[in-house]
Amino acid sequence: MQSWFLKSPAQRPLFAVLVSALFVLALCCLLSLLFGAGGLTPQASLQTLFGNGSPDDEFTVFHLRSTRTLIGLFVGLTLGIAGALMQAVARNPLAEPGLLGVSAGSSFAVAMALVMGASTATLTVGIAQLGALIGCICVLGAARMQGQHNDPIRLVLAGAALSSLLLAMTSLILLFDQRAADEIRFWVTGSVAGRDTHTLMSVLPSMLVAAACVLYTAKPLASLALGERVAIGLGHKPRRIRGIIIIAVALLVGGATAIAGPVAFIGLVVPFAARALVGPDIRRTLWLCLPLGPIIVISADIISRLVAQPTEMPLGVLTAIVGAPVLLLIVRSRRLPTL
Amino acid sequence: MTATAFKQKPNTFSASLSADKLSLKHGKISIIDQLNVTLPEGQVTAIVGPNGCGKSTLLNGLSRVHTPSSGVVMLDGKDIHSLPSKEVARRLALLPQDTLAPDGITIEELIRFGRHPHQSLLRQWAMDDQEAIKYALQAADLEGLKDRLLDTLSGGQRQRAWIAMSIAQETPLLLLDEPTSALDLGHQIEVFELIRNLSRQGKTLAMVVHDLPSACRYSDHIIAMKEGEILTQGSPKDIMTKELVRELYGVDCDLMPDPMTGSPILINIRRLKS
Repeated sequence: MQSWFLKSPAQRPLFAVLVSALFVLALCCLLSLLFGAGGLTPQASLQTLFGNGSPDDEFTVFHLRSTRTLIGLFVGLTLGIAGALMQAVARNPLAEPGLLGVSAGSSFAVAMALVMGASTATLTVGIAQLGALIGCICVLGAARMQGQHNDPIRLVLAGAALSSLLLAMTSLILLFDQRAADEIRFWVTGSVAGRDTHTLMSVLPSMLVAAACVLYTAKPLASLALGERVAIGLGHKPRRIRGIIIIAVALLVGGATAIAGPVAFIGLVVPFAARALVGPDIRRTLWLCLPLGPIIVISADIISRLVAQPTEMPLGVLTAIVGAPVLLLIVRSRRLPTL
Repeated sequence: MTATAFKQKPNTFSASLSADKLSLKHGKISIIDQLNVTLPEGQVTAIVGPNGCGKSTLLNGLSRVHTPSSGVVMLDGKDIHSLPSKEVARRLALLPQDTLAPDGITIEELIRFGRHPHQSLLRQWAMDDQEAIKYALQAADLEGLKDRLLDTLSGGQRQRAWIAMSIAQETPLLLLDEPTSALDLGHQIEVFELIRNLSRQGKTLAMVVHDLPSACRYSDHIIAMKEGEILTQGSPKDIMTKELVRELYGVDCDLMPDPMTGSPILINIRRLKS
């Protein structure tokens, strides 16, 4: 049998790649339950998993670590998909919610809301998503996405400017309000630790809406890769497709930010890896982003627990350390991959 | 490629396309003003004219990519902008000039896009989609290449693959914007012969062409445009004169009939002596 891995990425059977990725994801989830910064050894964790642990150990494994794993799963899922969607809409392999100020818009909106006295989880999610939407529209508007004539770097520049502006304004708000500053410290760096599943449940409905948007537009979005006029010729409506996708991106990024704060570079690295594995067709890329996002976030989270023992490194810091070189790699490559 | 290489596929319906007092603008600049035109059914129409005469704009207007500032484009007697976009795409296919091919797409994958107008959320992929793709591969003589990556093909094969995508769309009408402009002579002939074969099966085709001699040879009907207006139209034999060539392109030439087909051949093209 010819090895499927030797074929060119676009010709590999999606199913085989997907199953392999799911296997790796299962492994990551297991490791995430076994390893931690605390005194609990992997062996003892394994014992606990099989039901032979002390109540303390059970609390660590089944409550702290499993929640953390679940949140990592969710954040990886949403940010990976959001990155792939944004890159397809902007026709730009560098379009990434974290870099383009979408996450920053989202955390700014939350900071504003907290200062003004909001605190319930549901309200925060909605506000984070609204902030993401505004950030998304601002940056795409500023860079004037114009199909193939769009300069990839220009979009990133506009995004960097918008991000710094929003982050500066967020810092300013926090300077004036010590209470809010304490409450939302994690919004500024991004973390999957210390969150509870309650927040996760409050985000789920809007994630279903985003999933419906993606399912509805995946095929037209793929045709947009052939050129604006080709898509029109095939009976699609490019402007409407873009509008729906931008709403989906805002829902996804807002949801992820509401739960873990702004985690940068996941939306860049995940689609980049997915394309390398199954080629540029957005439908295939999206499928693979589903397991790949969680794989990357959860393994980054495991590393973040281990490198700075006994304390932990915030996830957002680690993803930036891993993601920045990937960005430089893409920018430095002689020819930016066309999307 | 031979004309008899593939079997005839009957057209279940024909479609007519015409413009009535069509005006098209780019921003505030008027490109085409109050133009009337009808594409003759079952024929190959070539739209020719100097650069900037509005021929591509007209094609974009006819294919509802460019929204008119006034006037209407009628598809089967109905305003094309009032019809659902998908329904238009089942009757009219468009091959624009600015096509983009994503890295790593195969010919068959490209052709599959042509089935989009026939699919919906509930009807994803059916037998007739498979049939249409098989037929399109056959018609464009690409059967042996269906798993090849688009960017590994020659220019002519690549353009044939794009046309095959439009064939899979199974429309009675096909509009092409400069389908041969980036191709060398051999590849141009490949594409023009495919276009002629499609017309023989009853498709109505219109194409913007830069090269006047090819337009004369491969079309049944020529629309000659200058500065957004139609100077004249008709069969190449009837309308092609030294005076028309001079007026369109500002060059002198001599015309003689092709000994095989009788269509006019331009020879001895030279700059106009003032």
